[in-house]
Amino acid sequence: MRDLIDLGVAELAGRIAGGEASAEEAALQALDAIEQGKHLGAFLTVMADSALAQARAIDAKRRHGARLGPLAGVPIAVKDLLCTRGFPTTAGSKILTRADAGRAAADPTRGWRPPYDATVIERLVAADAVLVGKTNLDEFGMGSSNENSAFGVARNPWDPTRTPGGSSGGSAVAVAAGMTPAAIGTDTGGSVRQPAGLCGVVGIKPTYGRVSRNGLIAFASSLDQIGPLARNVSSAARVLGAIAGHDPRDATSATIAVPDYEAACTRDVRGLRLGVPEEYFGPGLDPDVAESVREAIATLQREGCVVRPVELPHTRFGVATYYIIATAEASSNLARFDGVRFGLRLEPPGGGLDGLYGATRDAGFGPEVKRRVLLGTYVLSAGYYDAYYRKAQQVRTLIRRDFDAAFAEVDLIATPIAPTPAFRLGERVADPLSMYLGDVFTLPASLAGIAGLSVPTRPTRAREDRPALPTGLQLLGPPFSEDRLLAVAATWERVSPTHPLRPPSP
Amino acid sequence: MATSYETVIGLEVHAQLLTASKLFCSSSTEFGSTPNSHISPVTLGLPGALPVLNRRAVEMAVRAALALSCTIHERSIFARKNYFYPDLPKGYQVSQYEEPFSTDGHLEFELEGAVRRVGIVRVHMEEDAGKNVHGVGGDSVVDLNRAGVPLIEIVGAPDLRSSGEAAAYMRALRDVLLYIGVNDGNLEEGSLRCDANVSLRPLGQVELGTRCELKNLNSFRFVQKAIDVEVARQTAILDAGGTIEQETRAFHPEFGTTSTLRSKEDAHDYRYFPEPDLPPLVIPPAMIEAQRALVGELPFARRQRWVSELGLTPAAALILSQHPAVARLFEDTLAAYPQPVQVANWIQTEVLRGARSHGTTMEFGVTSGQLAELLGLVEAGTISGKQAKEVFAVIEGTLRSPRAVVSELGLRVVADAGSLRPLCEELIAAHPKEAAAVRAGKRGILGFFVGQVMKRTNKSAEPKLVNDLFAELLGIGPE
Repeated sequence: MRDLIDLGVAELAGRIAGGEASAEEAALQALDAIEQGKHLGAFLTVMADSALAQARAIDAKRRHGARLGPLAGVPIAVKDLLCTRGFPTTAGSKILTRADAGRAAADPTRGWRPPYDATVIERLVAADAVLVGKTNLDEFGMGSSNENSAFGVARNPWDPTRTPGGSSGGSAVAVAAGMTPAAIGTDTGGSVRQPAGLCGVVGIKPTYGRVSRNGLIAFASSLDQIGPLARNVSSAARVLGAIAGHDPRDATSATIAVPDYEAACTRDVRGLRLGVPEEYFGPGLDPDVAESVREAIATLQREGCVVRPVELPHTRFGVATYYIIATAEASSNLARFDGVRFGLRLEPPGGGLDGLYGATRDAGFGPEVKRRVLLGTYVLSAGYYDAYYRKAQQVRTLIRRDFDAAFAEVDLIATPIAPTPAFRLGERVADPLSMYLGDVFTLPASLAGIAGLSVPTRPTRAREDRPALPTGLQLLGPPFSEDRLLAVAATWERVSPTHPLRPPSP
Repeated sequence: MATSYETVIGLEVHAQLLTASKLFCSSSTEFGSTPNSHISPVTLGLPGALPVLNRRAVEMAVRAALALSCTIHERSIFARKNYFYPDLPKGYQVSQYEEPFSTDGHLEFELEGAVRRVGIVRVHMEEDAGKNVHGVGGDSVVDLNRAGVPLIEIVGAPDLRSSGEAAAYMRALRDVLLYIGVNDGNLEEGSLRCDANVSLRPLGQVELGTRCELKNLNSFRFVQKAIDVEVARQTAILDAGGTIEQETRAFHPEFGTTSTLRSKEDAHDYRYFPEPDLPPLVIPPAMIEAQRALVGELPFARRQRWVSELGLTPAAALILSQHPAVARLFEDTLAAYPQPVQVANWIQTEVLRGARSHGTTMEFGVTSGQLAELLGLVEAGTISGKQAKEVFAVIEGTLRSPRAVVSELGLRVVADAGSLRPLCEELIAAHPKEAAAVRAGKRGILGFFVGQVMKRTNKSAEPKLVNDLFAELLGIGPE
């Protein structure tokens, strides 16, 4: 039975709060679905016992007449980049797992157990959500295909030979395959939006500062944001409302009030100006993806949006700029994984302190993480800082100004979410640059720190070399315009001929 | 002939700010606790932990920069200084680099009667590292209690020209920080630390020579000694036609020598970049004004005022102004008993003898009120100066009133010539030989008679009066 977890977040929470369904039953359904979908590699840790205990406590709370929170009994999966007190937290990396017989272990059960919950976890629990497990990801969020996980790939439910995208691949799979009504991901350069697009679900990258990063294992601190994934827009809106808001423990979190995102989903969008940047529709864009996205834009125009072209001339520098700034910050953020205080510790005999550092980090980090730490160390080095890091910061400012100028002309921007639908696992592993270029549409918004989301459009048509695959429309808006993006996305969803999307049954 | 060299010194001083909690988390800053008892996820650099700036630390840092006449920048940037070491949990130290919160100040102090002004290049905020302890059961262990404690780094200009001047600068800096209540001035516990950059250049040359940085100078004496040793080492190399290698050297106080810690080739590339977990630091004008009001009069200015307006000797002014608690006692006593020289003398002799200092505070045996009352009793002639010292010994460490002690001990000064005259006449009659000696011009013998009177009056007679009485009775006239 999946009748409960197939519901939207608001419907399910409403039924549980009203006593028509139990949180325990919803949790059982989710745990069963997770078990059924094991081959998809979505989860690194399943928190079955604690999920059931939490669900029963929520049911008991309701029986005692307490008012339940907005996520009452809703099973939620969380990317394993967020700290969960007492539960393995791995960042998809062997460096956060205890050594097994003197060697690094690809075993998430040996993962580091943090002494605290991330703020987002606290807020989910306070909203009466049920945490069912920790999802697979590219190591430290570094990747676009979930192939950089130390614990195995995650697979796209539309075609298990293909990537679900990344780095929040496990979260996208959990939602797309119907294991949980919603999940939490993190987005540094597109890591919520791109897997949402490739798996056919809704994903939000909130404005930088909208959601607290406290307890999020940092990849690139100036870019990282936590956001929800869900099967429809209003579900994502409700989860975002529960996790957003100021947190005194994150100095970069914004003090701006959180609007009612769910109510925004029914807002009238007629007259809103929708900018379409031609820079995002150039060569390299899969023609069927382009067509699908243009159909959605045309539909929104029919629904009363005013569509007009905008220019984002520095878009072409996005990839280079991102891979300088993000790797620079990562090289520093990952320095704390040194084998001294937590996680993996390998001590080659007679190796001394440098031996400890070297052996631990060599065995603990995967190749992509090492590549990025090396890149980041290089761009910050004496003699190269000005040419790379400082220059990248200057270009970042130009990219931000592109968006500022565009948002003086339009209310939001519509683009494809990725140049292609999900590619085959292994296809780009040997060519990191082609992998990086796949992020070309999501990186600029991350650099600008603005709000973004991905909403499914018509899947590409099945061809000889590939089945029908999801793709998505990316909507971008000025800082703290999530409500506006949700209104437009929900409008599209209401009239979309292919909503709700379901992956084909295996 | 050997070239004459000019020594050029610049000090970099780290001062621990006296906040109750650390710079970026609420862990305690208390010194001397059980290792690793003042830690938090932030201190430990656990994944996911984020820094939140301690506002009190900012206030103290601003106060220090203002006391050093620095310009405060409304907007400044925290930066990460990246290097690997077990006492640095995050693998980077949060500091300030390209845009510190304050620059361009100076410090004035006296040296051998002359006023010296030394430039302060910048004052910035940063967090302390923890402490590695080697050889514990064959292991190296780490204590992170100190990790994350707020520091300011005060970068002095290379304006110092001798080791003595460097030590005097360091002392003056300690006095200022202690005065404004941001640092306890304790070099031994490491709450005030000094690195010295030392170079030599031929006299008359404008260009600076190659410098060496000296570390581990944890007393004023070591600052001076280490620089002397380093100047001698560099002089010998240059005299022999060699060149100075830029390096970091450690001072070994037990041997009075320095040795290479890191050569230039081994110097870290710290890969500084702006700390993305902290927004730019904005110091509002209101905070600057509030802190300016707390700076108050600094030791140097106070000393000058005391000498010129109150007539203290420079030496007395120096002693009384070094510690803010002593200065406060002096000024408070003066408010109730406005005789600066007497108050200064009493504090320097009786009061400071029994005083104990604890960082920014000091315990005295008496309050300003007790001291003023006691000095008032002497001035009124109720008791003699000598009796006052007896009373002081009784009231020290208590809150008793000197007046009450005087009446309890039955102390008083007999200053009535009429009542003393018969006693004096009696003594002259009883000691004819001594009386004759005085009449013959041996004035020194007068002391004998005065002493007899003091003995008979239980020291309550006014000695000057007694002296004058004998002079008159023995016909030798007053002095």
